Amino acid sequence: MSFFSFGQSAEIDVVLNDAETRKKAEHKTEDGKKDKYFLFYDGETVSGKVNVTLKNPGKRLEHQGIKIEFVGQIELYYDKGNHHEFVSLVKDLARPGEMTQSQTFDFEFTHVEKPYESYTGQNVKLRYFLRATVIRRLNDITKELDIVVHTLSTYPELNSSIKMEVGIEDCLHIEFEYNKSKYHLKDVIVGKIYFLLVRIKIKHMEIDIIKRETTGTGPSVYHENDTIAKYEIMDGAPVRGESIPIRLFLAGYDLTPTMRDINKKFSVRYYLNLVLIDEEERRYFKQQEITLWRKGDVVRKSMSHQAAIASQRFEGSAASESALEKAAKEESG
Amino acid sequence: MADTIADTRRLYTKPQNLNDAYGPPSNFLEIDVSNPQTIGVGRGKYTTYEVRLKTNLPIFKLKESSVRRRYSDFEWLRAELERESKVVVPPLPGKALIRQLPFRGGDGIFEDSFIEERRQGLEQFLNKVAGHPLAQNERCLHMFLQDESVDKNYTPSKVRQA
Repeated sequence: MSFFSFGQSAEIDVVLNDAETRKKAEHKTEDGKKDKYFLFYDGETVSGKVNVTLKNPGKRLEHQGIKIEFVGQIELYYDKGNHHEFVSLVKDLARPGEMTQSQTFDFEFTHVEKPYESYTGQNVKLRYFLRATVIRRLNDITKELDIVVHTLSTYPELNSSIKMEVGIEDCLHIEFEYNKSKYHLKDVIVGKIYFLLVRIKIKHMEIDIIKRETTGTGPSVYHENDTIAKYEIMDGAPVRGESIPIRLFLAGYDLTPTMRDINKKFSVRYYLNLVLIDEEERRYFKQQEITLWRKGDVVRKSMSHQAAIASQRFEGSAASESALEKAAKEESG
Repeated sequence: MADTIADTRRLYTKPQNLNDAYGPPSNFLEIDVSNPQTIGVGRGKYTTYEVRLKTNLPIFKLKESSVRRRYSDFEWLRAELERESKVVVPPLPGKALIRQLPFRGGDGIFEDSFIEERRQGLEQFLNKVAGHPLAQNERCLHMFLQDESVDKNYTPSKVRQA
């Protein structure tokens, strides 16, 4: 900030070329609030304009260069001074000199690699941003524009179910099953708990989703556990041979994809915790890791469009043609 | 690829045996502490309680049992469990040392209301403890609940293989 009222100062502004059309995504800020940011994927080009507006028209602005950077960095909260930049691109917009009037500079970062998903957690933050700088002798003028990056995956080839028998010898034997080991963020966990032996007095059973954020390496490793969801699946005492179904819709919860050893700095992993509680409030639990992944949005063909295509196969007439037209109108409407 | 609605149909389950569904549950365990009786005179006076157990758990040798125990037996059991097992043992009802001070007036620890309070606390304590899978492994618990008398010189051991 300039303390001198004389001399020239400027405002700097970064605007994306596709600001009108690009989708925005909600992302949590460090203080827990949700904000919307432009959404980018790996490989997409980031292009736009930097507007440098002189505050006092007529006066010159001396500078040591104007540049724009695209940065992807990991910030560990307990080590705030150190930012680990895993993506760092820079474009020089102007050589050192003088500006006599407000100017706009174009920039383009072509097919930028964005290997990781944006993440704001309890001890770590991974973010991407554009930073425009007017370099000056005493103090630079900078402006940052945060963006959000999502990493997409395709349906895993192998997605085995999780099925296990666990228990306490002679007291409690259960077999639990979850239909998959890898779930996308809008998926449904379908499963069941089968009771083989019940010699304790169970009061109810719930399934919890636990997020574990791990930061640091070697001797100083921090684990932050956060229970994202608690979902009661049984109220009352089960007996041998009884099966309790599980149907848990993930879309209702605030989840991120599983992140394993990101840039060797942190991990975010998810666990299903099956908890049985007996009449004396004793808790028996079994934790199981699941992998969460983000599915890309697919262009949806409406059902009526599909039905229209199907009918055309058999009728091949004006009727089906108009059905297709109608479906197309519904889609765009 | 068209977006499909997730398949949320229930997983296949084995049909339940009707005997299992409608028969008696395998977790039946009931413990009553009742019938307080004060015996002895003067300094040797003390109260005993009937500890009655009904169960179908195979870990208990007798499916029905009834023994008499005094407060210091409960204290012994609690100390044994704390030392021998990894169980977080619930507290006993109070020792009431103040009631035992001389010149207090009233019947002290032999007052009906106090005995009833203590009886309730002892019953709660036993029900909490006897249902704990780890406590059920301890010889001291079985001796306390089902043996004629408590042998404080017993050798601690586990009743069930880990």
